[in-house]
Amino acid sequence: MRREPPQRFADYGPLVFPAAMLVIFFVIPFATMIAVSFFERQQGGFYEPAFVFDNYGRFLSLFFGKVLGFSLFLAMAVAAACVTIGVPFTYLLSRSSRAAQIRWLVALLSILSLSEVMIGFAWSTLLSRTAGITNLFALLGLMEAPQALTPSFGAVMTAMTYQALPYTVLILYPALVRLDPTLTEAARTLGASPFKAFFNVVVPALRNTILATLIMVFIFALGSYLLPQLLGRPQHWTLSVLITDQAIYQSNMPFAAAMAVFLVLVSLSLVGLAVYAGRQKEAA
Amino acid sequence: MSGLILSNVTKQFGTFKAVNDVSLSVPDGTFVCLLGPSGCGKTTLMRMIAGLDLPTTGSVALGGEDITQIPTHKRNLGMVFQSLALFPHLTVGENIAYALRIRGVDKADQKKRVDELLGMIHLSGFADRSVNKLSGGQRQRVAIARALAISPKLFLLDEPLSALDAKLREAMQVELRQLQQRLGITTIVVTHDQREAMTMADTVVVMNGGEIRQAAAPVDIYRRPADSFVADFIGSTNLIPFRADGRGQASIFGSAVDGFSLVGAKAGTISVRPEDVQIVTAEGSSVTGTVTFIRDLGGTVETFIEAGGQQIVAVSSPRTRPNVSIGQTVGLRFDPETSVVLAQ
Repeated sequence: MRREPPQRFADYGPLVFPAAMLVIFFVIPFATMIAVSFFERQQGGFYEPAFVFDNYGRFLSLFFGKVLGFSLFLAMAVAAACVTIGVPFTYLLSRSSRAAQIRWLVALLSILSLSEVMIGFAWSTLLSRTAGITNLFALLGLMEAPQALTPSFGAVMTAMTYQALPYTVLILYPALVRLDPTLTEAARTLGASPFKAFFNVVVPALRNTILATLIMVFIFALGSYLLPQLLGRPQHWTLSVLITDQAIYQSNMPFAAAMAVFLVLVSLSLVGLAVYAGRQKEAA
Repeated sequence: MSGLILSNVTKQFGTFKAVNDVSLSVPDGTFVCLLGPSGCGKTTLMRMIAGLDLPTTGSVALGGEDITQIPTHKRNLGMVFQSLALFPHLTVGENIAYALRIRGVDKADQKKRVDELLGMIHLSGFADRSVNKLSGGQRQRVAIARALAISPKLFLLDEPLSALDAKLREAMQVELRQLQQRLGITTIVVTHDQREAMTMADTVVVMNGGEIRQAAAPVDIYRRPADSFVADFIGSTNLIPFRADGRGQASIFGSAVDGFSLVGAKAGTISVRPEDVQIVTAEGSSVTGTVTFIRDLGGTVETFIEAGGQQIVAVSSPRTRPNVSIGQTVGLRFDPETSVVLAQ
């Protein structure tokens, strides 16, 4: 293995292909979007090149502020729910037999093969009044009559958590498998109950992994636009829903682009803040 | 009845018996080493004492109280793991204070005890350091101090020194033994290193195949091994087969040898330590062999002799080295006083 940094230009050869891919499929589209966000919209048509801030100015309103706030809140809530469920689950998974681990991981990976549309419709059926689980509850006498659980905030949360949970487990799994099992045993010999040992030792030892997972699920959830529409009321629509609406149905590309750029900036700064806070605490 | 008492403890994993019907009594204040090759069940036995594994059958009692069903965190013991298992997110002081914090000891008393323990392990002033920035030996000491923070009745160490280099390991063995004697705490150490066991223990428990083969003082284990496994595992030895004619007359490699009283025995093995093998002239000796190799290590001289199709090693000091050369035929004498007859 050579460890010295590349010396000549030719040493960068292996990077050409991935770099080109990144430029063509990521940098150019994003640059285009930034450019479009400053363009002027033409009524009833497309847009023409200009350099105006109108598009950004337009969403400095209470309405868009509320939608942005809700989008961020929803993404954080989904991330928190995923980590709250995912950490104990993955911990128990990593301590179970190899055969059980493989079965669970295959089941989780198969969820990843489902498209967002299928997940959305499956949950909307499952939570509906006519064919949903409440029929089962009514049958068992837990409920008086079947009722619709969707559209609602709970339905949006449930489906988004369901969709993001496999990713959560897959990120946490390697870290938890590597975690020294004697750490919890040591805590137990020192007088901590298994429950206390989990919160005292496992969770703090995984602090960085948990933070990284939170950030990843947050970003993943921020981009969701189908599930809020399928399972939520208009007040549960995220900024992504509005961006889609402006871009596709209102044909207002410059405004959609401006919102997208703004969303990227806000989420990047939040991630940066989280990483910075993590570093500070580590240094302390 | 005080001390630690294991009664007929068995641990079964599926069809495999990791520990098979082990009974052992450890009086208060003694230092016991569980010694054996890997897979002999010594770690499993210790984990059952700690409560990390439950015995399939049998019971564990401490200080007269049956603790078989008591969960680990209520046993008030101290344990040092092979991996040390220091909590990476806590400082040295927080690691040591962990057991006190769990028990709700107030902050000032915690600090006092931590300072006291840091003094004991010669790491005063290290309380605020990160455990990740310590050397191997320092981490070792912190793990010991953490386990002793509540002054437990029972101190367990699972291969505690295996991660240290040879020199540091020897120093820590002595230190650990002195610490144990000063505190008078009942201590059980799992190890596969017989030097370690001989250095530290009051009682060495030799295990193999999930069973105790012998439990005795180090010198007795060495001088009076109970069976060929113990004889071979502790130090090196020559295991020589013999036959007896029923009237007490023994023969080795087909030649009669005197001095061994073997009434009732028909065949078996005698264990002779290399330093007890005497090399004499071939004339007049009943057992003879051919010198195949001489290893002169400066401090000791090892002579390899082939006799009866078997290799026998004799060790002597340079001053008493036999005047022999490779290929020479020599006589061998085994002193009944220093040889041990092992049951077959």
